[in-house]
Amino acid sequence: MDILVCVKRVPDTSENEIEINSEGTDIEREDLVYSVNEWDNYAVEEAIQIRDRVGGSVTVVTVGDEDSEEVLRREMAMGADQGILISDDAIEGCDGKGSAKTLKAEIEKGKYDLIMTGAQADEGYAQVGGMIAAMLDMPYASLVNYLEILDDNKLKVGREIEGGNTEMNEISIPCVLSIQTGINEPRYVGIRGIRKVANVEIPTHGLSDLGLSGDDVGEKAAKVKRVDYFVPETGEGAEMLEGDTEEKAEKLAEILKSKGGIK
Amino acid sequence: MSSQIFAYIEHHGGAADDSALELINSAKKIDPEAKVTAIVPGSGSEADSVAQEVAATYPEVWKIDNSELSYPNAEIIRGLLLNVLPKDSVLLVPHDTLGMDLAPGLSIKIDSSYVADVVDIEGADGDTLKTVRQEFGGQVHSHVNCDISEGAIITIRPGVFQADESKSASGEVVDKSSEAGSVEAKRKFLEVEEAEVGEVDITKEDVLVSIGRGIGEEDNIEVAEELAEAMGGVVSCSRPVVDAKWMEKGRQVGTSGKTVKPKVYLAMGISGSFQHMGGVKGNPYIVAVNNNPKAPIFQIADLGVEEDMLEFAPELTEKIKEMK
Amino acid sequence: MEHVLISPANATILGIPAWILAVLIPVVGIGAFAYIIARRLIPLAKAESDPRFDRIPLRIKNVLKFWLAQYKQPRYMLAGVLHIVIFIGFLILSVRSISLVIVGFNEGFVMPGLSGALGDVYNFLKDYAATLVFLACIVAAVRRIFFKPERYKVPPEYGEDHTAEAVFVLGLIGALMVFESLFEASHVAAQLQEGMQAEFLPPLTLAWFFSKILGGASTAVLQPIHTSSYFLHDLIFFFFLCYLPFGKHFHVITSIFNVLFMKLDRGTIKPVRHGVSEEELDNLESFGVKYFEEFTWKNMLDFYTCVDCGRCSDNCPANAVGRPLSPRFLTLKSRDYMFERFPVLGDIQPKEPVVGKVFSEDEIWACTTCGACEEECPVLNEYINKIVDLRRGLIEEGNVPQSLQKPLGALEKRGNPYGMMEKKKLDWSKDLPEGTEVKVLDKNNSSDTLYFMDSATAFDERLQEIAKATTTLFNNLGTDFGVLGKAEKDSGHEVKRFGEEMLFQTLKEQNTEAINNSGVSNIITTDPHAYNALNKDYSGIPQAEHISQYLLRQIRNNQLKFNPVTDSELVFTYHDPCYLGRHNLLYDVPREVMDSIPGLNRVEMDRCRDSSFCCGGGGLMLFYESEEDMRMGQKRAQMAAEAGANVIVVACPYCLVNLEDGVKTSGMEGQIQVMDLTELVLQYMYVSS
Repeated sequence: MDILVCVKRVPDTSENEIEINSEGTDIEREDLVYSVNEWDNYAVEEAIQIRDRVGGSVTVVTVGDEDSEEVLRREMAMGADQGILISDDAIEGCDGKGSAKTLKAEIEKGKYDLIMTGAQADEGYAQVGGMIAAMLDMPYASLVNYLEILDDNKLKVGREIEGGNTEMNEISIPCVLSIQTGINEPRYVGIRGIRKVANVEIPTHGLSDLGLSGDDVGEKAAKVKRVDYFVPETGEGAEMLEGDTEEKAEKLAEILKSKGGIK
Repeated sequence: MSSQIFAYIEHHGGAADDSALELINSAKKIDPEAKVTAIVPGSGSEADSVAQEVAATYPEVWKIDNSELSYPNAEIIRGLLLNVLPKDSVLLVPHDTLGMDLAPGLSIKIDSSYVADVVDIEGADGDTLKTVRQEFGGQVHSHVNCDISEGAIITIRPGVFQADESKSASGEVVDKSSEAGSVEAKRKFLEVEEAEVGEVDITKEDVLVSIGRGIGEEDNIEVAEELAEAMGGVVSCSRPVVDAKWMEKGRQVGTSGKTVKPKVYLAMGISGSFQHMGGVKGNPYIVAVNNNPKAPIFQIADLGVEEDMLEFAPELTEKIKEMK
Repeated sequence: MEHVLISPANATILGIPAWILAVLIPVVGIGAFAYIIARRLIPLAKAESDPRFDRIPLRIKNVLKFWLAQYKQPRYMLAGVLHIVIFIGFLILSVRSISLVIVGFNEGFVMPGLSGALGDVYNFLKDYAATLVFLACIVAAVRRIFFKPERYKVPPEYGEDHTAEAVFVLGLIGALMVFESLFEASHVAAQLQEGMQAEFLPPLTLAWFFSKILGGASTAVLQPIHTSSYFLHDLIFFFFLCYLPFGKHFHVITSIFNVLFMKLDRGTIKPVRHGVSEEELDNLESFGVKYFEEFTWKNMLDFYTCVDCGRCSDNCPANAVGRPLSPRFLTLKSRDYMFERFPVLGDIQPKEPVVGKVFSEDEIWACTTCGACEEECPVLNEYINKIVDLRRGLIEEGNVPQSLQKPLGALEKRGNPYGMMEKKKLDWSKDLPEGTEVKVLDKNNSSDTLYFMDSATAFDERLQEIAKATTTLFNNLGTDFGVLGKAEKDSGHEVKRFGEEMLFQTLKEQNTEAINNSGVSNIITTDPHAYNALNKDYSGIPQAEHISQYLLRQIRNNQLKFNPVTDSELVFTYHDPCYLGRHNLLYDVPREVMDSIPGLNRVEMDRCRDSSFCCGGGGLMLFYESEEDMRMGQKRAQMAAEAGANVIVVACPYCLVNLEDGVKTSGMEGQIQVMDLTELVLQYMYVSS
């Protein structure tokens, strides 16, 4: 099965507080470190496992700049067969549809049985997969947490829905899937693995290679634009208890009792 | 603003979801004068009863009755909506698992803009819709403008807009089933596999001691269990605790977990992401214990304690035992 | 001395001259033995290289200490004494055994040099030796059969009980003693019968008893006893020789070599491959042990030499808390696998990955590298290097538990396992009192002394107290020092021991550069893992000292004085950290620091010094979630309580968090306090106003 996975390079935000820069135009990026979007990583691991089971290839693609190459290399160190970087100054300022259009053009250059993305990335739109599917007229399933190959023409996929339940579907190939965390346990990629692929060539495609122009996908074409970042005025929020640990515990115990929290 | 505004009505078991009553209020923020049309795709008597139900809230209801929709298959729904939505419509959809499945592709098919997971709408300025979103797991907000001159699909985060309980409309139910036609989809629904129910059903509990990442390691869960026992409640958790396999899925509170309606919700070491709090309904008394004073949960909670949960919990357990 | 009975050399059995048998048995025996040994050497020939021929004088000294003097044996007194008796007995009897073989076809043979008085002394000794060995075998057998010491138990997942094998061998040894004595006693009895001067048998020896028992027997009885005990002895002797390489008694042959080639440098980890420099690592095809042949020949020799005594597992803290690791069985499984893949008879089996077949991933990750196993092993087997090599193999395959992937990723991106931003490395210093300076070494600031904090002390809230206490101490004692600030990365000590060698190299390079650029001439650290890393894993930087060494020096110079402990309820105990104690032999320095405080009542836990019980591990081990029945920290806190202590003093940040955690989760909070040595010193330090 020839699989293409769309990956994105995003800032690592888990342990560190994100702050907004003084102008409010962006977040403070100076001390940020970047890595592959966690959902995308699960997708690549799933793709690699499929390839190892039934044969084929795994290609990772990203829309970004030269820094984004490091993310492609990491996924290749993990086991992806090849990486493609789509980079062009004219893409700057694009919206989700612009990214999807760009990726769709790249996908059409190849012949893939399965296209995967992570369920969502740092901005939380969760849109690119669904858009690509519609553009390519392929069936789509989002939030996939289970994948089984039924035969050459169809897959069985489980979608994570409310209540922790799983919605089982049969979907025909080729299709687009967005992958939810927890579908597998991604393997570790060590420094050695990354060094091994340090010199593998990663082709870079510009818009013209894809038959597109900045007017198609760039800032001018964007219908959705982020204006600024801000910290909202906080409302009253919670009433905070005062005192040392023991005093707070005592007060809280009383309050809980009064609210029916102690049975 | 000239576009027609539609609201996508989700329903289960013949009754509309809570989001149905919220969407109309979000629509009013786009255009307070707009006549909002509810769209109810479904099958048979369920589609009927839901359409009737929301007709009390929406001035107009479009019912799409299709035999394939006994379970909402986004691939089919997308095709049906394509056949009924007028050009340049603005469609509001809840940002949940069905919305995420349906909406992005739909925006491409009807060639309109798409903004997802909106937490507030500031209004429409001509053809520019001003929305508010969050990024980086809720740590920052952003203003996002969307060009709606050729329509838009907007997914709305459940719970951010108030529900309109007034039931003051007497909407007309229009049957759009034949216009919607039928659609062949390349994705077929098979069944829903329910999450395993463990020994404990948190959805029935009145008192919940809920733990998050702040618990640190599996062995520390004991500390929460002792507190829950002292309170006569039960331990629930947020997603990271389940992902780490420290507690079973049945204990997870959240949009992808269980919906709980306790009287008292003690959130310890939980940051307060909307996905988690989205599972807490019924307006309980929420107490948050967290050593990060900036944690979003302190915005939502009624009472806050700035403490390390691992130090505070045993202390609280002791005080409660002394009290009894 | 006349031969009253027909000696074996002259006897006939069923018409055949017995000497033929006496020649045949040794020839076949030795021939078979040589073949078996050759087959057993095959895997070692295929193994990775391991240079062990350096420092020969030290190696010989080790042989004398650990092999000849059986230095480790008395750590378990009863078993130790029994073994020493059997061992010394064997050594003494080895001469007799050889003579005995030759006597079978050369009647009057006497070992060169033993014909005169020396021979008499020897004969005297050997009879007592045989007797004591015999008695030791009986005691040992009774102990194995009826008293069944805990450490010999075989958990069901590891197969059948080993008691039968143990008793069988004791039986063989006992039989050898019996037949050797009978051979002699029967002849003496015959001589006495004839009224001749008999050979002298030392009283109360086995032979002496037999000679008394056989006192009244006729030649018709004594002759067959004499001949048959000879040949039974001969047969059993060569059978035993050939049996040795099939079980735990292979150690009889291999242990001297195992000790000769033992690990000489505590606390170090073997390079990824011997002979491959760090610069060349990128060119290696494969890291670590994935297939059995990737172990070194010394590792394999270890597997052969294991005596199945269980002392390692008995002291292994991971084993004690129910983790799936038992060093004893790690070795025995490997040995059995070697026997299976490289059989004496039959074809060599094809190679396959060892993880899954021989080892489980959980047992490989469960080890805290505390070194208790290596400290106990009487034949000086090594464990830590094998675990690290297995981990290297797993890392390369990407087979890493999710709980470790996050801190490893953070180490790669941020230089610390917590994922904290580099610029926050000195946030703890903002809390310091006025006048306490923490200088960052850069082009504007310099110092001779570097305080190397390492990640845990810098970022963990509780452990920052150690950094604060330390810098306050430096200030009070007027010692100028500096820190590297955000240029300091994690020392990488556990990164290396968890098998991520290239990440370790990256951290090491960055730290080495920062340290050398700072121009310091000495390093002080409060973290024994950093101490071990800087001194053993790094090169080309100044020597690192542990804070306890610095403090003792200040005490000896009279710079550091103490107020007395006034609370008489306080009972202190010192917990030896693995990386200060076992791996670096610093047992006394911290104790002397504590004992310098007047009125400090200090007790020792049963398991202290080189038998200290690991707190649970440091570095990456803090993040790994193993299956276990309880935490090591809990067990250790209980040991402190049992020793009667209510204050545990530690000299390592990881011990501090693990033990505090152990105290809390054992429900002893409030009853036992845990404090770092620096906090103790600061509390009682005399500061003139």
